[in-house]
Order: sequence, then structure tokens, then C-alpha cells
Amino acid sequence: MAPGFSPNELSSYLVIGAILFSLGVFTVLTRRNAISVLMGVELILNSANINYVAFSHFGSGNADGQIYAIFVIMLAAAEAAVGLAIVLAIFQLFHTIEVEAAETLKE
Amino acid sequence: METPIQTDFLRWIIFLPLLGAIVNGLVGAKIQKSLGKGAISLLACAPVIVAFGLSVQALLTLQGLDPEKRFLIDRLYTWIDLGSLKVEMAFLVDPLSAVMILVVTGVGGLIHIYATGYMHDDKAFWRFFAYLNLFTAAMLTLVLGDSLLLLFVGWEGVGLCSYALIGFWYQDHNNARAGNKAFIVNRVGDFGFVLGMFLLFWSLDAQGHGTLTVREMVKWAPTIQNQMLWGIPVITLATLFLFVGATGKSAQIPLYVWLPDAMAGPTPVSALIHAATMVTAGVYMTARMNVFFSLAPATLNLIAWIGVATAMVAATIALTQVDIKKVLAYSTVSQLGYMFIGVGVGGYAAAIFHLMTHAFFKACLFLGAGSVIHAMHHEQDMRKMGGLKANMPLTFVTFFISVLAIAGFPPFAGFFSKDEILWLAYTNPHVSKFVWLLALVGAGLTAFYMFRQLFMVFFGECRADHHTQEHLHESPSVMTYPLIVLAIGALFAGFIGLPGVLGGSQFAHWLEPVIHAHAEEHGSHALEWGLMGFSVLVATFGFIIAYLMYYRGALSPERLCNLAGGFFYRLFDRKYYLDEIYQVIFVNGTLLLARIGSLFDQYVIDGIVDGSASLTRFTSWLNGLFDNYIIDGIVNAIANLTFWTGNKFRGVQTGNINGYLYGILIALVLAIIVKLRYWS
Repeated sequence: MAPGFSPNELSSYLVIGAILFSLGVFTVLTRRNAISVLMGVELILNSANINYVAFSHFGSGNADGQIYAIFVIMLAAAEAAVGLAIVLAIFQLFHTIEVEAAETLKE
Repeated sequence: METPIQTDFLRWIIFLPLLGAIVNGLVGAKIQKSLGKGAISLLACAPVIVAFGLSVQALLTLQGLDPEKRFLIDRLYTWIDLGSLKVEMAFLVDPLSAVMILVVTGVGGLIHIYATGYMHDDKAFWRFFAYLNLFTAAMLTLVLGDSLLLLFVGWEGVGLCSYALIGFWYQDHNNARAGNKAFIVNRVGDFGFVLGMFLLFWSLDAQGHGTLTVREMVKWAPTIQNQMLWGIPVITLATLFLFVGATGKSAQIPLYVWLPDAMAGPTPVSALIHAATMVTAGVYMTARMNVFFSLAPATLNLIAWIGVATAMVAATIALTQVDIKKVLAYSTVSQLGYMFIGVGVGGYAAAIFHLMTHAFFKACLFLGAGSVIHAMHHEQDMRKMGGLKANMPLTFVTFFISVLAIAGFPPFAGFFSKDEILWLAYTNPHVSKFVWLLALVGAGLTAFYMFRQLFMVFFGECRADHHTQEHLHESPSVMTYPLIVLAIGALFAGFIGLPGVLGGSQFAHWLEPVIHAHAEEHGSHALEWGLMGFSVLVATFGFIIAYLMYYRGALSPERLCNLAGGFFYRLFDRKYYLDEIYQVIFVNGTLLLARIGSLFDQYVIDGIVDGSASLTRFTSWLNGLFDNYIIDGIVNAIANLTFWTGNKFRGVQTGNINGYLYGILIALVLAIIVKLRYWS
């Protein structure tokens, strides 16, 4: 058992959320593939979900946080759909889905 | 001194000829074309003749007054009123100027009449008479002016008219040049006159009596007797300068060179201007200023010597001349010399007397020569003449009378006037007897060359070509009548100036109110008779030599010329080379100065101007550099800085989405830190 990290402590779930968040940010910032960036965005959203649920269980005790988590999942799905549509549009223009290709706004 | 009486008619003596000149000058050409030369003649002669009448009137008026009160004045208006100088436009008739205006209008009038005949064939008839009238007006201004300044106006005026009339036939370049010479040489004399005038005014003003009115100047003359300038008495200096003016106008040494050249003008001009009137202006001026000259015995001495030197030099030159007018020209210079001898020995009245008699016989001689030239179709060389007394009897008789007068044979006029001067020269204790002796020799020479002329022209065989001989005839009466009148003058005019032994000179007595000097007479009656006889002897001697040479042919002129290897002949014939000397010294000298001035202007002045222009160009080139590199550099540098900064900022926009997100993340983190740290 890790010191301070028990499944009964709130902080452990927050730490997992933070780890997921930074992984998500890292993915967004460094991947070349546009779909990988979208996957990173999903990670970030889900880390927020974990925070919601953790606070709902250990904080207020009612189910408000868990309801919010379901809304976020729904939003993430919609956003992923829109994002994929944009990637498709970019592919039609640039004939590639590498993020670095879309640099026509560069001065 | 009494105040003169104011009259109003004196101004017309001057204004009438002036009016004639203006009318003839402005519309003369038209009048000549429409009304003919007769109208011009009338227009020109009438004013002078009327002026003569007025002069006679003035004379009679003067005679009716007491001798002390014999002054008539005509004041028109105040001309100059400046500080201590007040000059009026006023004309004064006193015994001296009365004599002068009678001579000018009388002899002038006769010459005007003569000229209507002489100039008959000339197209510019009207212009001639316009100038002649203008000259008369100017000469009368000279004589009637009551101030030195007005005299000077007339002085300049006659100089101008002399120039215009000498160069009347200006189409011939030589005539124009002669006119130039006359005017320029006169100008030199005028400079002296002006200096004398300034000096007199200045010294009188220093005593508080600055004036140029002659009567006033004479009144205050004693106050400047002792004034000195540069160690010389002012009066001596001033009178010397005035005399320089006289040498120019009256053709004395060294300024006589213009008069022989002036013979290029028409003969009536030579008669009027260069015999009777203009050349006498110098003598008149010294007589007018006699009080001042008498206060400067050094000047008087110089005048006497220059007079006798001029008389001798001119007489010797006249011996060799073959042009009929040149002989008379040098004779005039010589006789003017006699007049100045008279002035120099204190005989101002005698000088004016000789002026008057000379006007008669010289004018008669010139007009007679004019008639001869006219008859000979403008031939002037005496060697081509001869025997003319048969063809032109009237001209011959008047000429003969005048020759007797100028040679000094009694009872003709020239004898009395010339003898008076010789007598005064001999008896004046301050003057060397040598002056008298040289004057006497000159008189002998005069008799010789005048009779030489008479014999060459009127006696012997006619040497002209056949064609000219056929056309020889006496002149028309309009030309011979003036000759007759003048000859009568030459005969009888002498009787008003009888020498002391025969009753005394009425003429000198008449001039007494004006001529304050009493020429000293130290001599017995016997001496006077002796000297008179001696001068007649000398004149007769001259006549005899001329008679033997040119009438009998007993003596040969050629042998006389070749005496001393022809040296004297050449010297006289070449006029003592004076013209050549003047040309080298003055004419070429002035041209050299002009050349130097021109070079100075070209190299120095232009050099400076061009140099400053180059300097300006250089400065502006420097300016340009500064503007280009420094000013523009700053402006461009600022622009470049902006550009560079913009470039750097532009780098932010990579178009790389990952980069943008990275930036957002960092900003978020920083914001959280800031919130946690500094905001509670």
C-alpha cells in the first residue's frame, strides 16, 4: 500500500485526475496527428469527469457530481463528432491530417 | 557801389535767339520743306538782328546815366538758394558787357546773313541755323550772366554748340573727330575753371561772404587777400585755375590744339565762333574778374608769358600753312595771345579793345576766305589759287582792308589796339622787356604771313585748273554786304581807342566803372611816338619780305625753308609736333589705363565672383552629402527598427496549432500562480 494513497482517500482520485490531465495536455501539444490531438482532448475531459465523481462520492454525498459527469460524457461525444468533421474538412484542403500542415496563417 | 536799375528787356536779348533755335530745331525741317530756305533765313536772322537793336538800346540807356551808375540788371528769379550760396537768374549790362553784346549780336548778325548765302546748297540748312542761334543765345548768356555760375552755363553752352557746328558735316569722319577734339580739350579747361570757381566761393565763404554773383565777389575780394592754401595765396591759385579754363576756351598754350582742327566746320562757323566770339570768352572772363587777377601778380605774369609764347608759336606755324583757313586759324590763336599779353600787363581795357577790333577784321577775313572757297568750288589750297582780284573785286578790297588792319598799319583798327598792348607791355615795370620784344617780332611775322596770303590768293597768275577758272565769280550780295560792313568796322573802329599822345582812349575811359585796374603808364610822349613808329616799321618790313617773295618773286621761299637743313620749316609745318605728343601721352595713356582696368575687371573681379560661385556650389555639395547620409540615415534607421521589431513579432504567428495551445497552457498556469500568490 502507497503511503497516503488509499482507495478510501479523496486525494488519490484527484491525483489520478491530475495525471490524466497532464497526459492529455501533453498529447494535445505534441502529437502530429490531428486525431491523436482529439484523443488528448478526450483524456482531458475524462480527467475532469473523474474529479467530478470523486468529489460527488467523498464531498457532498449526493449524486450531483455524477449527473454532471454524464453531461460531460455527452458533450465530449458531441464535440468529438464536430472535431472529426473539422479534421475531415482540413483533410480535404490540405490532403493530410498533420497538424503542422495547417499553417497558412503563418506570417 | 550803386544798386543797378531793374529793367525787363535784357532777357529778350537772350530769349529771342533761343526761341529761334528752338523753333528751327523742332520744326525747321518741315518749314524748310514747305516754305523754303528763305523762311528759315528769316526765322534765324531776325532774332539776332532784333537782339542787336536791343543791345544798342541798352548802350544808349547806359550812356544816359552817370558813369558810376552804369549798370542795368534784369532779374528773373532765384535759381539756387542753398545755405550760403544764392544765385539768381539775372542778366547784367554794364559798360563791359555792353561792348560784348554789341560785338556778338552785331558781328553775329552779319555772319548769320552771310551764312544764308554760303550754306544755300546745303540740305541741313535748318539745322545749321538752329545751332547758330543756340550758340548766339549761349554766348549772350555767358556775357550777360551776373554770376560766375551763369557765365559758366553759357561757357559750356558755347562749347557744346561749337562741337555741333564743327562736326556739322558729320558724314565725314574727320569732321566728327575734330568736333570731339574741340569739346574734349575744352573740357580740360572747363575743369580748371570749375576748380577756380569753387576755390573763390570757398575762400569768400570762409570770410562769411560766400557768393558767386560777380558784383558781390568784387566787393568782398579784399577780404580774402591774405588767405592761403597749401602755402599759396588762394587768389593766385583760383585765378590760375580760371586761366586754365581760359586757355581751353581761348586756345592758348597748351590747349590750343583744337582750333586749327576746328576749321573742318563751315566757314561762317569759323568766322563767328573761332574768330569773333567764343574764343574771346576767355579774355572777357579775365576782364570781368580783373579785380581778382590784379590781386595775383604771379598769375598775371604767367598770363603775359603764355600769351606771348602762344603769339609767337602760332605765328611761326602760320608761316608754313598752305590752307587758306588754317593760316587764319593760327592767326586767331596768335592774336588771342596778344589779348592775353594785354591782360597780363594789366591792360584789360586794351585787351578788350583788341578783342573788338579783331572781331571785325578776323570775321571779315574768314568770310572773305569763305567767298573764295565758295567761288573755287570748295578748294582751300592757296597754291591752287591766284589772281582772284580780277574775278572778285569786292571780296578783294574788303580782304585787303582787313589784312592792313591785322598787320597793324595806321589808321586801321588793328594798329591802335595792337599798339596799345605793345606800349603797355613795354612800360610796365613788373614785366620783362623781352615780352615786348617777342610781341613785336610776332607783329612782324603777322604782317608777313597775312600779306603772303593776300598775294598768293588775289595776285599773280591763276593756278587753278581751267574748269574752275571759268566759274570764278563774285559772291551774291547777301554775302558781300556783310563783308563791306565788317571792312568799314576794320577801318574806323580804332578811333575810339586812341593812344595817350593823341588824346587818350575813350574806350578805356568807357570801361572804367568795371575795369578797376589802371594800367601803369610810365613813359614820356616821345617814347610813345617812338614805339609806335617802330612797330609800323616792323610791320612794313614784314610786308616788304612778303612782297618780294610772293609778288615779285625776287626772293625764293624755298631757299628760306631749306635754311638750317629745313629744320625750322619742318618744326613749324608739323606744328611743333604737339598733336603727336598729346596723342602719345594723353590719348594712348588713357587707352592704356582703360586696358588695365579691363584686365583687372576680367581677372580679378570676375575671378572673385566666379570663385564665390564655386564656393557656394561646394558648400551645397557638402550639404547634400549631410542630407543624404545623416538625415536620411536617421529616418531610414527608425523605419528599419520598426520593420525589424515587426518582423520579430511576426514570428509568433507560426500557424502551428500545437504552438498556440502550448502558449495558452503556459498563460493559464501563470495566471493561476499569480492568483494564488498575489490575490487572496
